[in-house]
Amino acid sequence: MLANFMAWIDKRLPVTDAWNKHVAQYPAPKNFNFWYFFGSLAMLVLVNQILTGVWLTMSYEPSGDGAFASVEYIMRDVDYGWLLRYMHSTGASAFFVVVYLHMMRGLMYGSYQKPRELLWIFGMLIFLVLMAEAFMGYLLPWGNMSYWGAQVIISLFGAIPVIGDDLTLWIRGDYVISGATLNRFFALHVIAMPLVLVILVFLHILALHEVGSNNPEGTDVKQPKGSVKPEELSKFKFHKQYTDKYDIVDAIPFHPYYSVKDIMGVAGFLILFCWVMFFAPEGGGYFIEAPNFEPANGLKTPEHIAPVWYFGPFYTILRVVPDKLLGAIAMFGAIIVLFLLPWFDRGVVKSVKYRSKWHLFNLIQFAICFIILGVLGTLPATPVANLIGTIASFGYFGFFVALWFYSKNEKCKPVPTRISH
Amino acid sequence: MKKLLLILCALVPLFATAAGPSMQLDKANNDLSDKESLKNGFKTYVNYCLGCHQLGYQRYNRTFTDLGIDNADGVENYMYTGEKVGDHITNTMPKKEAASWFGTAPPDLTLEARLRSPDWIYTYLRSFYMDDSRPFGVNNKVFKDVGMPHVLQDLQGVSSLDEHGHMTPAMGGSLTTEEYDVVVRDLTNFLEYVGEPSKLERKSLGYKVLIFLFVFFIIAYFLKREYWKDIH
Repeated sequence: MLANFMAWIDKRLPVTDAWNKHVAQYPAPKNFNFWYFFGSLAMLVLVNQILTGVWLTMSYEPSGDGAFASVEYIMRDVDYGWLLRYMHSTGASAFFVVVYLHMMRGLMYGSYQKPRELLWIFGMLIFLVLMAEAFMGYLLPWGNMSYWGAQVIISLFGAIPVIGDDLTLWIRGDYVISGATLNRFFALHVIAMPLVLVILVFLHILALHEVGSNNPEGTDVKQPKGSVKPEELSKFKFHKQYTDKYDIVDAIPFHPYYSVKDIMGVAGFLILFCWVMFFAPEGGGYFIEAPNFEPANGLKTPEHIAPVWYFGPFYTILRVVPDKLLGAIAMFGAIIVLFLLPWFDRGVVKSVKYRSKWHLFNLIQFAICFIILGVLGTLPATPVANLIGTIASFGYFGFFVALWFYSKNEKCKPVPTRISH
Repeated sequence: MKKLLLILCALVPLFATAAGPSMQLDKANNDLSDKESLKNGFKTYVNYCLGCHQLGYQRYNRTFTDLGIDNADGVENYMYTGEKVGDHITNTMPKKEAASWFGTAPPDLTLEARLRSPDWIYTYLRSFYMDDSRPFGVNNKVFKDVGMPHVLQDLQGVSSLDEHGHMTPAMGGSLTTEEYDVVVRDLTNFLEYVGEPSKLERKSLGYKVLIFLFVFFIIAYFLKREYWKDIH
């Protein structure tokens, strides 16, 4: 019965074939480590955001007069509304945690290098859209920090010469942030951005499966056809799209091996996630900032306007540059250099395990600078903080510049052709 | 011009002295599971605070249910102006006029405990002192030049502040210091409850979910190990 049904479907749409190609017979390197959990976790959080978002939308009222009260209505009068809201707000922060770790994985193991440049660019586009999505979502509770945070960020566009003022007017739809801004941010947050996000995630995975997964060794599990002795071949059955062109070594089918492993990862992640969500949903004032418990008020500035923590690194880079326009350029530049990473790195060895000491040092200093920038972004700007922030900004950009120089003739260790047991 | 305005706005916090973070706050040590304390706090709230400060996002009947007050008792003892039990806890103070009376309209306090913390409320309500330069003759150590009078003066009495910042009782109220602290603690407790009525439910559900997840993790771990035992 079921077999007949699937046969009927497959004749009309190759569902079984797609399942095999991308899941059950997809050759994944057998040596994925801890860092490889964050891709599937990002998908989990995306699904969480979409589902809880749909239900929140059912009770949320996107208007300047009603938004704040409707959030409290969800918190009090909607059955388990508080749970939906906290899942969504904690999920937003969790999204950035897993995405930053996912990106760090790419940096460590050279997953952006040839032939995975486009895969990396899709990932960066996802990151960019995610930031826009989070920024717009943060306005929706219509708390005072929502209002002033958006005020600060939108005013950045005013720094652009000639068109700046008109551009901010166009973004806001009003001379100040108002109900009109809230309504358009709502439309973009619940429809436009999620749609783009889902499409980009789809392309990210298609591009991944076209070039194949990298791994902590930086070796390739797809070897030229005929170059591998039959007894060395992976004993598993893979989809013919891969085996027709390549000899597959050291790989295992994604399902069931990585599906069961990722379920374990999901369980571990959910323990941390639920621990925060149920016992500290404000995240110590970093996930939901205290001034957001009073309604937006254009006449009352919070004592210290801080962006949500995940914008911290980029906000600090903006702030340490004394000139507003140059600051905005530096901030966008910090994201553009990430896009261009595959071309900054002129090396051929992928994994940090087999690259020079310089690269290891550069990677560590980059991670430290990124964290410092993030912490500073949530603190008030003082001369000392600005000095540290300036140094960390140099460290951030310095990573890319130094990489470009030393990667050309880098002294690397020999990379094993096979993944050892 | 617009830029100038923005810069001015950004400078506002430099001059704002209200509620600076420098003040050491006393610990409220309130207990959300103490229903008697919550009821006392609720009672104090409707008698002393509600005239000016609404709890505009919270409903009477939700509060009755959570605090273990039956509806008839609630209508009798906590509702004075003929609202329905399903109504929000509001007052009829006209906002515009109130702003001219007090300098600013008395804010809604539903989320005050989340905005400022229970410890802040507890300390604030115990920090009024005599100051003849203020319209109501009192000022506050936690919230300098606050617009409201010392509403609980009948209970606490009023203190004077010496040049070292120490408060000494100048005029006694109907309660001793210890009794007054209990009243304020109960009120703080109630405001923390109103800030997030589902807080206790959130935590109790949290323990159950975490226990489930630990079991799930162990099962997932062994499932993974079983599948992977042949992979080298």
